[in-house]
Amino acid sequence: MDIIKTDGLTKKFNSLTAVDNISFSVKEGEIFGFLGPNGAGKTTTIKMLTTLLNPTDGSAEIAGFNIIKQKNEVRKKVGVVFQDPALDWNLTGRENLDFHARVYALDRENRKKRIEEVIKLVDLNEKMNIFVKNYSGGMKRRLEIARGLMHYPTVLFLDEPTLGLDAQTRRAIWDYIKKMNKEEGTTIFLTTHYMDEADYLCDRVGIIDHGKILIIDTTTNLKNSIGNDVITLSCSDMDKLLGRLGKEPWIKNTKKHDNFITIGVEKGEEKIPEIIFFAQNLGIKIKSISIRKPTLDDVFLSFTGRTIRNQEPEHPWKQMARQRERRGG
Amino acid sequence: MQHGELQAIYVMWLRQMKRYVRSRSRIIGTIVQPLFFLAILGLGLRNAILPGMTGDYIPFIAPGIVAMAILFSSMHTGISVLWDKKFGFLQEILVAPVSRFTIIIGRTLGGATTAVLQGTIVLIIAIFMGVSVSSIGGFILAYIFMILIALTSVGFGLIMASKMDDFEGFQIIITLILMPLFFLSSALFPIATNTNLPDIVIMLSFANPLFYMVDGLRGSLTNMNNVLHPLVDLIIVVIICLTMFGLGSYLFNKTEA
Repeated sequence: MDIIKTDGLTKKFNSLTAVDNISFSVKEGEIFGFLGPNGAGKTTTIKMLTTLLNPTDGSAEIAGFNIIKQKNEVRKKVGVVFQDPALDWNLTGRENLDFHARVYALDRENRKKRIEEVIKLVDLNEKMNIFVKNYSGGMKRRLEIARGLMHYPTVLFLDEPTLGLDAQTRRAIWDYIKKMNKEEGTTIFLTTHYMDEADYLCDRVGIIDHGKILIIDTTTNLKNSIGNDVITLSCSDMDKLLGRLGKEPWIKNTKKHDNFITIGVEKGEEKIPEIIFFAQNLGIKIKSISIRKPTLDDVFLSFTGRTIRNQEPEHPWKQMARQRERRGG
Repeated sequence: MQHGELQAIYVMWLRQMKRYVRSRSRIIGTIVQPLFFLAILGLGLRNAILPGMTGDYIPFIAPGIVAMAILFSSMHTGISVLWDKKFGFLQEILVAPVSRFTIIIGRTLGGATTAVLQGTIVLIIAIFMGVSVSSIGGFILAYIFMILIALTSVGFGLIMASKMDDFEGFQIIITLILMPLFFLSSALFPIATNTNLPDIVIMLSFANPLFYMVDGLRGSLTNMNNVLHPLVDLIIVVIICLTMFGLGSYLFNKTEA
């Protein structure tokens, strides 16, 4: 059964088309990821699917409920962990969860039971009675994930779940996400601009850029589509070499970048000598050559013609901390 | 379903209460400031003869200061929506399966409760300083005024929070709108009965919503120096309150996270 189903979903902000006519579906129990650079339209999609924004055009259904006509039903079915932290810092962890539970109309017994369940899932048992302002970034994230699960959502939306966290904490968050997907059967829709994250977590990935979905497939299929091995090579006359290589049947695909080329092949280690041989015959000087297994980065590169922009945005918490300092509050 | 909405209102009210009790600086600040006004202005001008005023100055100024305490406290609540917006907490509320109206009611009740509490504290201090309450009925009416002032100001705060994206404009609005309104409300000195003032100022004071609030509170509490009958004030204040609150709700409703 499809938990999320969109049909030509579009959102325009004045002249900017943030999300451009996207259609996709997510199956029950799946971990589905939107992979794309900042500003690709990922957050806007989540906001539309969680009823916070009205689409300009098209529509979508969450667990069979229309996001425009049945907002309240949709809201009951979804849990959201926003990109910007959305906790009340002056309440304790438990109070934040209790607030959520009451707003979602859980009765007293259920509230108590569920709070214990979700904090156990994210290992926050001991920190529940201290104020959220004293939490670390990772703890806040975990609390938010726990809160998103409080009301037994059918689907949980995670917008950049590990943005701004250190490597160790990211790993832990990934494991919590996998765990809740397995133990609670929650369908998960996440967005990320980290390749490794999409690779590690997602069953299927949709690559999104400039508001359009370029392709949706399993991570394995996506990687296979560009060959079993990727040879990266930098040399003096790239066009000439590419022209020659293009005639060879064993070349799966080639791509020219600013100062290097990538070549997708099978059994890469056997192909390197051949490539060097061609180059020497043409009098081309090879500066460097390397071989590796393809990553989603290569997939992204081959579909968009560029790597995901590396400008890592500053995490909102840091920004806020700075503002607080400035105010002296 | 109905029960769910009530619970949502309750927990939003509860949140405001917890936050209020925990922010000590806010409690102290909002009590000390009116106290200074009452003690310093009140005692300093105790024997002064102001044109258009009958009786002592402290009973005159007390209702004005109570109104001020409520005004600023509930403004703060409306503005704190902006905080929730900044800190992302508003999204958590907006994505929940409760109607926008419920959210507004919960927020307003929380803000109004703290505001009326603060007004009460100032009122108690005023009574200790020798302000006598005219009658039981007047006292009850005074509380109705206090609640209405609180609701109106929360509504005003909500309007501002919906229209503003940051806090830069907040200080300007206080100095440019709130202070003139407050000074022209006859909270600190009589205006309508003061013959020394130019007619235009007196006319302006009648266009000031705060005037009717202060005047009504004064009339019901001390039954002295009020320009209009408290019940006339009451009708006008109810209308202002409904307008302000309605507009605030309408604008908040349109807020997209």
